[in-house]
Amino acid sequence: MTDLLPLIGEHLLIVFIATVIAVIIGLVLGVMSYWMRFAAPIIIWFAEALQTIPSLALLALLMIIFGLGNATIIVGLVLYALLPIVRNTNTGLSTVSPAIRDAARGMGMSRLQRLLKVELPLAFPLIFSGIKISIVNSLSIAVMGVLIGAGGLGYPIYRGIQTQNFAAIMRGAIPVMVMAVLFDFVMSSIEKRLVKWAK
Amino acid sequence: MINRLLEPDSGEISIDGVNIRSKNPVELRRSIGYVIQQIGLFPNMTVEQNIAVVPKLLKMPKEKWRQIVLELLELVGMPYEEYADKYPSELSGGQQQRIGVLRALAASPPIVLMDEPFGALDPITRDSLQEEVRKLQKRLKKTIVFVTHDMEEALRLADIIVFMNEGEIVQMASPEEMLHNPASDMIRDFMGRHTGRNNGQPMLFAEDLMRTNVLKVPYSLNTLESIDRMSRREVNSVIVLDEDDTFMGTVTLDTVRERGKAGRKIGELAGDNVPLIDRRMPAQEAFDLLIGSRADYLVVLNEDRTVAGIVTKTSMAKAMGDALWKAVLS
Repeated sequence: MTDLLPLIGEHLLIVFIATVIAVIIGLVLGVMSYWMRFAAPIIIWFAEALQTIPSLALLALLMIIFGLGNATIIVGLVLYALLPIVRNTNTGLSTVSPAIRDAARGMGMSRLQRLLKVELPLAFPLIFSGIKISIVNSLSIAVMGVLIGAGGLGYPIYRGIQTQNFAAIMRGAIPVMVMAVLFDFVMSSIEKRLVKWAK
Repeated sequence: MINRLLEPDSGEISIDGVNIRSKNPVELRRSIGYVIQQIGLFPNMTVEQNIAVVPKLLKMPKEKWRQIVLELLELVGMPYEEYADKYPSELSGGQQQRIGVLRALAASPPIVLMDEPFGALDPITRDSLQEEVRKLQKRLKKTIVFVTHDMEEALRLADIIVFMNEGEIVQMASPEEMLHNPASDMIRDFMGRHTGRNNGQPMLFAEDLMRTNVLKVPYSLNTLESIDRMSRREVNSVIVLDEDDTFMGTVTLDTVRERGKAGRKIGELAGDNVPLIDRRMPAQEAFDLLIGSRADYLVVLNEDRTVAGIVTKTSMAKAMGDALWKAVLS
């Protein structure tokens, strides 16, 4: 078990870095697609297209650019994590009731103020669930990192496959599954705590 | 259009002689209160945060806007301690729109736009909110531009009604003027119910039904003296006035007998079980109210809440008789 801990730590770190980057890029793209209606289909199409590339192929392509190592898997995870975040941000912002948007405008809020004080807070539950989906996805996709020389829990699984050792596979797979379930749970309770106004 | 959410195709709108097109729309909107039909409170903010939106946009210091929130909530009878930290979803529709109105007033704008603010509320809540808006208006002296499809609402609240049809002003007049001299058949139709069957006849209001010779006593009068005055006038009820001559309540002889103690002030017994109406309430409504309620009379108040008179069954019968004979003879 003790030899697993550094791997779990590395796995989490990779997912964490990827998520932070994906959230930043995803929010920017989501807001852009909301503010510039004409750009919305293009941005969302782009994010969807990324999602459809098989992970093995995407990682192989990225490896050509970023070489072997953790950077490649992080970039890969970011690209996969974008779609749920971008799409949920866009949906969340667009579904803010026109009455509330109208009121905010009529009160004399600038576009940025409306976004920060009203629209993003109201879209938050949806954005947050997008982030949740991304994290859970990333946790399992990060396993693929082992194929391009990255660390994490992919290593024991890969070893297990190579040596046809079922127990070794499980040693890698179970922590990934547990983490996914745990994250889902923790994030949901954080969400409830943060969104006091929804009844 | 007044707050430039829409831009006019032609013409110009000026506020105090300044064309609004020459102003920054965001600045302009902060100087104009805005209430919309769908209420549009921000669900992610508490009552206090909602009311403080514009003051905060104007970078008012915290102590100042907190004071404003406190006073405004007080004005509509929603105690700060109880409501300030609630979210809109925890309030009833009527309470939400009250907050909507307060939000529009918070930065003390000289002009407030209300776009069918009470259209989505049930009739009872609408009535009480109309009353509150009127009180607030009197107190705060705002110019309120109020859009409505409800003629009754317009007649009740407006100093000047601007009747619009397909973007054109058909008539702009005081409610009385519009009732008496509607500029078109369409307006006449709209007024229909309110002009009643007496086409062309001057309409009767509560003030035409009331009698003005009423026993009024200051709240500080002692009870014995009050009884004395009542018996001298041979009435069994008296109107109690506040320090500033405004209406405080009514006291009946029975109440004094039951609860009165020698040396106590009459004001302590004043109750509010008599309906209060406005001078300009249409006579028909006053009639229905008097017949429908168990009260012996209605108290008619002036705009400043001083007592104009009372409507009793006798005074009403007399006024209606007069009107009827006039109509028959003419």
